[in-house]
Amino acid sequence: MPSSPTPIPQAAKIQRHSAAQAPRNIGELFWVFNHLTLLGVGGVLPFAQRILVEDKRWLRTDEFVEMLSLGQVLPGPNLINLALMVGQHFFGWRGAVVALSGMLAAPLVLIFVVALAYSGFAHTPLVAHALQGMSAVVAGLVIAMAVKLFPAIQARRSNWLWAALAFCGVGILRIDLLWVLLVLGPLAVGLTWWRLRRS
Amino acid sequence: MHWLDGALPFFAHFLLWSLLSVGGAIGLLPDMHRYLVAEHHWINDAQFTSALALGQASPGPNMILFAALLGWQIFGLPGALLAVVGLILPSSLITVAYFRYSRIHRERRWVRAMHDGMAPVTVGLLLSSGWLLARHEAADWQRIGLIAATVAVALRTRLNPLWLLLAGALVGALGWI
Repeated sequence: MPSSPTPIPQAAKIQRHSAAQAPRNIGELFWVFNHLTLLGVGGVLPFAQRILVEDKRWLRTDEFVEMLSLGQVLPGPNLINLALMVGQHFFGWRGAVVALSGMLAAPLVLIFVVALAYSGFAHTPLVAHALQGMSAVVAGLVIAMAVKLFPAIQARRSNWLWAALAFCGVGILRIDLLWVLLVLGPLAVGLTWWRLRRS
Repeated sequence: MHWLDGALPFFAHFLLWSLLSVGGAIGLLPDMHRYLVAEHHWINDAQFTSALALGQASPGPNMILFAALLGWQIFGLPGALLAVVGLILPSSLITVAYFRYSRIHRERRWVRAMHDGMAPVTVGLLLSSGWLLARHEAADWQRIGLIAATVAVALRTRLNPLWLLLAGALVGALGWI
């Protein structure tokens, strides 16, 4: 694993826009999310940033970053949470439902086409071998994504301890995720709360 | 409807996983594998991993597509619906409620403590997901090399992951691994 991970790029570099624009109507919200989700093969997030912040200018960069970190802290897939918050930002709970639908409708239809095509060819050695290669790549992509998040936690040395405990608990000792979260979550948040109170 | 036997606990687990998916649903992989593959034998290792690969290769939120495929493989279309709704609904209700609250109280100490405290736990969980996948895939030196090369390219370049997946498919199809 490379020792110097590249910092999370994009967001920090982009200049702030003085005036954010809004979707013309709730229909445009649907189609923009439909558009960005279909571009995102292997990862929707870079396209979400480019379209929502740079092209459409619906969000300033700092708003986008704030929604992303909220989406990370809250339960649920990050992208789903991002769609919910962007929709809610403009049209309340209706917007949340519409943005979510825009993000999910087309991919959910497509995945079954892909899967049906795959099940027809799964037993041909060529496809089976290709899938093996892709699986190895997926493992590498997940590791790289985790490493790319290191800059977000390297401000405090104690953060490495929490990350290492979570990694060892699930990855090495194979303890249930539930127990790891129930033990480490309150401890990490509680100690952070105590540190913030002292400072 | 024989699938009703297992479908209720199946759905209940996706509801639970939705609540547990702090920091992104990918941290759930080890627990999903434990429940669906190791404990219930509803699908095997290869089905689990290929569902993950197909979810990555198809456009859209990877983990939702992965969940849809898991449900589909086990209980057909109703299973896909249960998995997707289960994985999305509880967390979405929390997100919508919390977003309202946090915009009003963004400087509260516990709001900041939750951000700062959970971040390292999240990163550790993500890394363990990648580690467990890699350990399963690392059957020979060629595959270890492919995994290492993927990590290096993904960290050093801004290449679309689609190209890496295509390269992996090509390397596999040519019989190099």
